[in-house]
Amino acid sequence: MLEIIQFVIVAMLLFAAVVLESFAIFGVNRFRFSLNRLHAAAIGDTLSMTCVILAAVVYTGFELLSLKYFMILTLMWMTSPVSGHLISLLVYKTDEKTDEEAKVWKN
Amino acid sequence: MKKSSEAFKNWLLSGSDPLEEEMIETLSDEESEKHEQTDESSRIRKERKSLKEYLYEKGMYRPARIVCSIGLCLMLIVMLMGTVMDMPYFGQADTLVNSELSEFYVEKTLEHTGATNIITGIILNFRGFDTLGESHVLFIAVCSVIILLKMSPSEENPRLYTSDREDQKDEDLVLSSLTRFLFPLICMFGVYIILNGNISPGGGFSGGAVIGAGLILYLSAYGYKRIRRFFTFKTFKVVSCLALISYTSSKTFHFITGANEIHVPIPLGTPGTIFSGGLLLPLNIFVGLVVACTMYALYTLFRKGDF
Repeated sequence: MLEIIQFVIVAMLLFAAVVLESFAIFGVNRFRFSLNRLHAAAIGDTLSMTCVILAAVVYTGFELLSLKYFMILTLMWMTSPVSGHLISLLVYKTDEKTDEEAKVWKN
Repeated sequence: MKKSSEAFKNWLLSGSDPLEEEMIETLSDEESEKHEQTDESSRIRKERKSLKEYLYEKGMYRPARIVCSIGLCLMLIVMLMGTVMDMPYFGQADTLVNSELSEFYVEKTLEHTGATNIITGIILNFRGFDTLGESHVLFIAVCSVIILLKMSPSEENPRLYTSDREDQKDEDLVLSSLTRFLFPLICMFGVYIILNGNISPGGGFSGGAVIGAGLILYLSAYGYKRIRRFFTFKTFKVVSCLALISYTSSKTFHFITGANEIHVPIPLGTPGTIFSGGLLLPLNIFVGLVVACTMYALYTLFRKGDF
């Protein structure tokens, strides 16, 4: 019984990850402006990644290995927003038509 | 003939470049040619000649060249296809992959080298020549990049030398505060991979690549001034040369004693601990140092041309 519950949880998490990742891919290919596309890609980087790693944790059970999975998760959560921030800075500095695409608060 | 030998002698004795004047002359010639070419191309654009005629004028539209290139391609295709036809079928039992060599590696690596990680045992002990050559190839690649790209500060054009982020004061707050947390972790992980090279997956090459990536992250977060506190061109020279020299000497010792069947007792240690495998741990450390320095040097040379 417990194994069936485990299997169902893993399957649901993986399905959620696939759906979120497909949203991300759709958004990256569909949006016209680069900042919007960055926002779409961030879904795949954070939430979908979280679902995959939670599925792996549930599948293996809570051991030392799952601690390593959570370390991967924290590293991804820290690094991917920073890389997104740098890419958006690059867009802001190089793109001349940023004002047409998005509302940017300049300070 | 005599003139060139004299030039060579002068170059040997004085150290000045014998072809310097000629190079300057050819440079000026090329520049003047370039001007003529721009004139010519604009004229051609005005006259609206077809591409075929232009190529005829330049002597490029020759059928012989086309025939030669097609023939070369066909020859390559035939050679490659012939090689593919000679390859063994998928799943065939008596191929080279299934020979006794791999069985030997799997069974005897622990006994011969004392390494639980078979791959490290193979690449640093059984195939020591190969890895020795690889690390020297890395070093030679960096040397040629230095010859091509390294700039030195000149009084004529100091702007060129300090062109990159040196005069850009604002460092990115998000990246630098992440790097303050992440850089020690990355370096620690790289050292862990290098030191555990003989007992778990990893080794000098991968650990060195991790440390080099950490150095690149530090550079892009904090800029050149802060990384020069602990990593300059002198550090690069000293570290990579010392690592290569000690690697080569320990490997030479290994080769000479092995070839002459002199039994030198290097203790293999208990398998599974860090201090096991004889020479494997120091060799991993040397390879890791060379790879880390090479990665960082390639990045910084291609980015700015100096350390």
